[in-house]
Amino acid sequence: MAQIFAYIEHKDGVADDSALELVSAAKKIDAGADVNALVVGSGVDGLCNDMAASYKEVWKIDKDDVAYPNAEIIRGMLLNILPGDAIVLFPHDTFGMDLSPGLSVKMDSPFASDVVDFEGTDGSDLKMIRQEFGGQVSTHVKADISSGAVITVRPGVFEPDESKSAGGSVVDKTGDAGDVATKRKFLEVVVAEIGDVDITKSEVLVSIGRGIEEEDNIEIAQELAEAMGADVSCSRPIVDAKWLEKSRQVGTSGQTVKPKVYMAMGISGSFQHLGGIKGNPYIIAVNKNPKAPIFQVADIGVVADILEFMPELTEKIKEAS
Amino acid sequence: MEILVCVKRVPDTEENEIEINSDGNDIERDDLVYSVNEWDNYAVEEAIQMVDKAGGSVTVVTVGDEEAEEVLRREMAMGAENGILLDDEAFEGSDGRGIARALKGVIEKGNYDLIMTGAQADAGAAQVGGMLAAMLDLPYASLVNSIEVIDDKKLKVGREIEGGNQEMNEIELPCVLSIQTGINEPRYVGIRGIRKVASVDIPTHSASDLGIGADEIGEGAARLKKVDYFVPESGEGAEMLEGSTEEIAEKMIEILKAKGGLK
Ligand SMILES: Cc1cc2nc3c(=O)[nH]c(=O)nc-3n(C[C@H](O)[C@H](O)[C@H](O)COP(=O)(O)OP(=O)(O)OC[C@H]3O[C@@H](n4cnc5c(N)ncnc54)[C@H](O)[C@@H]3O)c2cc1C
Ligand SMILES: Nc1ncnc2c1ncn2[C@@H]1O[C@H](COP(=O)(O)O)[C@@H](O)[C@H]1O
Repeated sequence: MAQIFAYIEHKDGVADDSALELVSAAKKIDAGADVNALVVGSGVDGLCNDMAASYKEVWKIDKDDVAYPNAEIIRGMLLNILPGDAIVLFPHDTFGMDLSPGLSVKMDSPFASDVVDFEGTDGSDLKMIRQEFGGQVSTHVKADISSGAVITVRPGVFEPDESKSAGGSVVDKTGDAGDVATKRKFLEVVVAEIGDVDITKSEVLVSIGRGIEEEDNIEIAQELAEAMGADVSCSRPIVDAKWLEKSRQVGTSGQTVKPKVYMAMGISGSFQHLGGIKGNPYIIAVNKNPKAPIFQVADIGVVADILEFMPELTEKIKEAS
Repeated sequence: MEILVCVKRVPDTEENEIEINSDGNDIERDDLVYSVNEWDNYAVEEAIQMVDKAGGSVTVVTVGDEEAEEVLRREMAMGAENGILLDDEAFEGSDGRGIARALKGVIEKGNYDLIMTGAQADAGAAQVGGMLAAMLDLPYASLVNSIEVIDDKKLKVGREIEGGNQEMNEIELPCVLSIQTGINEPRYVGIRGIRKVASVDIPTHSASDLGIGADEIGEGAARLKKVDYFVPESGEGAEMLEGSTEEIAEKMIEILKAKGGLK
């Protein structure tokens, strides 16, 4: 099989969690494959040395113009260095989504995004699992990878490979990567504002999703939270609708929370939402759809209309105290 | 500014429980309620607001069958001036690349300053925008959650990145942007608005109209092939509480007390 390359995301000299998850993902594609890392940035020697413990070869591009990871520039550089039949893995996050579909076109390779598992090969076909409809159904997909592939892998689904037994070496590809002109110039990162409550510190969260249906119903959740001594958080559509402020959004593009108890009320359980729940809280899910994916990760589930259930629970809590 | 927005007709997950059909090769499509992909609706709203300020027009395009016309009309009722339907059996079974190839065909026939897609559609692929940009050799930015026109050659766009932070970029026109939800508040369209555009002509193109070869689109050309649909064995899953609402609430209070969920 061709060589597998894993793109290493990093910030402030530290590799993203996905860096070691992709080792496991690559081994699941082909246990015997040589797995190499791609490290792009400015001043990345330390990181490259760390990665050499886990990858056979660490291909380094060390240049000022990629001090911030501008996907448009990095795509061009990767095209200059990657073998045409490389199997290239990225995490399925905002950088991977930005860079990889275009890379697959330019490499003329098949593309599979947000892959949650690999099921080996059948001839030259790689068998993979994806999800559709926010995780409500799964699909087996396959692609002929004999001429390479670009694949984004869902963060958090593969256990990080901590074996650090690759004994690899660092190869400097900066020269070959060349200078890439860009029509998209990075300016700055604007950091998210902090709101009136810091849900990252909350021990108990009553979290509402699209199941709350209307802005006026948010009160119902607030009353429950008050009775419980909890804070209110939410999924993204509630923030998109401007019903609650952004600082209350749980998920990859919102806050990462670590409560003891998380009440998911009318939330389907998309991976981007679950990605913001850490520390293994006790999850209670209430959803009117018995097949909602949230029930796969929750400890306790109730099939009910939250607009009826929450007031009832609030009443009972008040009675009990 | 001439803006093209790519829209897709998708099953509305708010209105439907998605189930697999008896052959396991698709979801059960009978009795599904369809709507426009959530992300695309934000893209159309953004395009309309830009044109309101800077002049020009918005065109919406979809690759789909005749039923997909309803989403074009819906978006035209919002304020898109033109709709284009790419309808051809040859497109059926296309993967993301096939869809992007079809859209490229229509883009090359027009003269657009800006092309928008949604960040992702029903299959959560998040691929068509980036593929399209690469095929057209245009600059691309994904997950865009703010757009400011600098002049007729440049935009300042914000990309939503992890943690809700925003990555600001300057991007040259023409370009392709994939739009993230929350960038605006899409206007409401009622039945009446849709009726108003009911008789507007929507041109339909086939693959050959666009000079697209049969080997570039459809199931045969798909590089990513769907084998089947299934529902995963859900590990342990949640313990489901059953009984009357009252009983469930009481049980839940016990659990909350035990787990430190009540103060
Ligand atoms: C790059 C990117 C980043 C993202 N980041 C985030 C993020 O940080 N956080 C986030 O949450 N999402 C994020 N998303 C969006 C994510 O993909 C989902 O669209 C979102 O999480 C869905 O929110 P939801 O569960 O509230 O809504 P839905 O998926 O629509 O689910 C609503 C649920 O409520 C149930 N329901 C409806 N009415 C009732 C009722 N009356 N009673 C009980 N149940 C009811 C339904 O059965 C359904 O399961 C991101 C997406 C992208 C592309
Ligand atoms: N059949 C289609 N017709 C028109 N645009 C589409 C189609 N499929 C996908 N798109 C566009 O591509 C975006 C991303 O979809 P996807 O890559 O399928 O997740 C969508 O939000 C649409 O803007």
